[in-house]
Amino acid sequence: MSEALKFHFDVDGTDFTSAGQASVQIKKNLRQLGIAPDIIRRVSIAMYEGEINMVIHAGGGEADVTVTEDCIEISLRDHGPGIKNIEQAMQEGFSTATDTIRTLGFGAGMGLPNMKRYTDDIQITSEIGKGTDIVMRVNLK
Amino acid sequence: MTVAELCKQAGFKAEVLPDPDREISGVYIGDLLSWVMGRANSGDVWITIMSNNNILAVASLADTACILVAEDVALESELLKTAEEKGINVLLTDKSIYDAAVTISKLI
Repeated sequence: MSEALKFHFDVDGTDFTSAGQASVQIKKNLRQLGIAPDIIRRVSIAMYEGEINMVIHAGGGEADVTVTEDCIEISLRDHGPGIKNIEQAMQEGFSTATDTIRTLGFGAGMGLPNMKRYTDDIQITSEIGKGTDIVMRVNLK
Repeated sequence: MTVAELCKQAGFKAEVLPDPDREISGVYIGDLLSWVMGRANSGDVWITIMSNNNILAVASLADTACILVAEDVALESELLKTAEEKGINVLLTDKSIYDAAVTISKLI
């Protein structure tokens, strides 16, 4: 693979129950590229958590996945309310999700911790009232 | 053991079975979707009482062999239709989660 492969997705923020379409699609794309199953699992889980976060908190956003020889980079952008305290949000169990979201099986404060757990690097930039950018990397070598 | 064989021997109802020959390798139980997604293994029977559409994405990403919805929780036709389209096996039982797990444990 000499050139980077790029995939772009618009994440619909209006329908919570259909969230995850981009992650399921990227799983298929990576499988077609012959990427190892454990890498695919890590990428798709991290991306799904990001997607869910964008739908729950930010009314949707955009996701870009870049595949190079060395790594897979997942870039997520939203124009939601931003994260007040990133350090606190990274702690397992911390969540600002509503009770409705909790009854659907999310909002347990596992999103960002899972994204960190399943990737080799995560960079979060957030500004209150403007939105959040997250870039995650999973190494292939 | 395949998912179809499990249904037959355990008496679970196959709501949709687009991949009947999928091999079962274990069981995972949980309702917190982020938790399940990170910890269920490929090939597991995932037992849950969750019934919203998000369980399909979680099962797909975690690559479980099937979803077994326990306690006779009602499943909407839209979910079943999507499961069929996505190739995800969905089973239903009126057993409790514990009894369903014990039943599977005796079979695999």
